[in-house]
Amino acid sequence: MKAGTIIRVIAFALLVAFLVQPYWFEPFFALFANDGAPAIYNQGDLLTLTLLHLQIVFAATVAAMIVAVGLAILVTRPSGSEFLPLSRSLVNIGQTFPPVAVLALAVPAVGFGAKPTLIALFLYGLLPIFENALTGLTTLPKPVVEASRGMGMTSLQRLRKVELPLAAPVILAGIRLSVTIGLATATIGSTVAAKTLGEVIIAGLNSNNLAFVVQGGLVVAVLAVLIYDLLSALERMIARRMGRGEPA
Amino acid sequence: MIEIDSITKSYGENTVVDAVSFVVEPRTITVIVGTSGSGKTTLLRMINRLVEPSSGTIRIDGRDNREMPPFELRRSIGYVIQGHGLFPHWTVAQNIAVVPKLLEWDEARIAARVAELLDLFQLDPELFAQRYPHELSGGQQQRVGVARALAAEPNVLLMDEPFGALDPVIRAKAQEDLLAIQRRFGTTIILVTHDMEEAILLGDRIAVMDQGKLVQYATPTEMLARPADDFVETLIDSGERPFRLLSLGKAGDAVEPGDADGPAISADKTQRDALAELMWSGRSALPVESADGARLGRITVQSLLRLAARPAA
Ligand SMILES: Nc1ncnc2c1ncn2[C@@H]1O[C@H](COP(=O)(O)OP(=O)(O)OP(=O)(O)O)[C@@H](O)[C@H]1O
Ligand SMILES: [Mg+2]
Repeated sequence: MKAGTIIRVIAFALLVAFLVQPYWFEPFFALFANDGAPAIYNQGDLLTLTLLHLQIVFAATVAAMIVAVGLAILVTRPSGSEFLPLSRSLVNIGQTFPPVAVLALAVPAVGFGAKPTLIALFLYGLLPIFENALTGLTTLPKPVVEASRGMGMTSLQRLRKVELPLAAPVILAGIRLSVTIGLATATIGSTVAAKTLGEVIIAGLNSNNLAFVVQGGLVVAVLAVLIYDLLSALERMIARRMGRGEPA
Repeated sequence: MIEIDSITKSYGENTVVDAVSFVVEPRTITVIVGTSGSGKTTLLRMINRLVEPSSGTIRIDGRDNREMPPFELRRSIGYVIQGHGLFPHWTVAQNIAVVPKLLEWDEARIAARVAELLDLFQLDPELFAQRYPHELSGGQQQRVGVARALAAEPNVLLMDEPFGALDPVIRAKAQEDLLAIQRRFGTTIILVTHDMEEAILLGDRIAVMDQGKLVQYATPTEMLARPADDFVETLIDSGERPFRLLSLGKAGDAVEPGDADGPAISADKTQRDALAELMWSGRSALPVESADGARLGRITVQSLLRLAARPAA
């Protein structure tokens, strides 16, 4: 095993151990806690919060992926090309809105809880996936696309058998970006009462307990790094299969 | 039979194929030659409707090629694309199987056909069937490209500069293989090239294109003897003309009775090869023998010089 892999396995093991048995780590986090204050988050179950955090990011990303890839497919068909500029600007607007503003606007519309967070993450996840899907679908090697027409594939067969598989590594890179942004952004959701790891950090900030802030931050960071690496490895594997070498 | 009937293609003001007509007889090879940008690829792609003509008709075996949906038409026509265009995410076997799969052949028939083609193109199935295109040499990729085009046993094969990227040795081999395959299956082939030498070697007929127009459509011998205009004349390169003429004839066809000294030449070599051998060995006559080693007679410098002269009008 390579050194990098070993470090990742250890990080994953530590993460799981901490989530299942947080009190094993009490001596470490006590370093950050004021005298007498609890060193381990005690207002809820860390494992449950982590799973909810992942769930909300996962749901938002899947929704963003379906919409973004679907849009990219539509606007790269000959019949949809006139919508290309429009869809680009729509998705760009999603990105220029700060997540806090989206939350603030969404709360009056859909109430407190997971919903406004989902909306913010969804809007935030759209752009990287859409941009990458567009790049992937418009930079396919020309002779290959020509060949797929020349061999007599219908447009649907071309999309399914050639265009999407060839664009997959680039699309996956967009999903990876979107997931990583989502994992970090989801913490803000706790300001509107979504159950995420943000709760731990906010509780720490409210009670001036650095130990809570550190453990909330660490869990999110380790999750983000591990998921990022996992998706990168997946991308490389697919890209290698297609003789494209390492994705840029 | 492919009938190309005053086909024109314009992009805006720019007419890239201009009222081209010619007829390709069944089971023959027609080579389209011309300089870059003369409209060769565009003309070829109008046959399988990758490009729609601005006006004119193309009939394949008497049927207008617009009678069926484009994807069905294309499945019935082999196409070897400029720059091979293999599917990078599929193995060699999957690449070759693509049209049979689209035609929904059963698995056993597809497997048998893939094996047959790999064998035909001297690609050991054990070694190559499961490789990806990037794991092949340029020459191997090119052979897979041709095998893929032939997979569904098309009557018509379109080839766009199929040998352009190959080195001279591999290229000569690929050309030989193509001729053998064409004879074996009786495929009607239209092939595009820049190279007049290749056109003379492969073509039953040659179509010369210049700025979208068909300037001459003739057999190689006719074209060498009577180039239609200065452009064709430049293309066939007058300095090379006698040698090209000789390269069209077989040594066996120039045999006269008699004997000569030294090693013999095989009757199926070209007359050009015979002349080269005569000049190189400093002889004035060569013995000629058939493929099974029987002496047929001899071939002389004088007879070859006569054959290399401009044919009578
Ligand atoms: N889709 C298109 N739109 C506009 N012009 C085009 C298009 N396709 C081809 N052309 C033009 O048509 C002309 C003929 O192109 P074509 O590809 O048929 O040439 P060619 O003879 O095959 O050249 P080469 O030997 O370089 O492959 C060129 O001037 C090219 O720029
Ligand atoms: Mg061309």
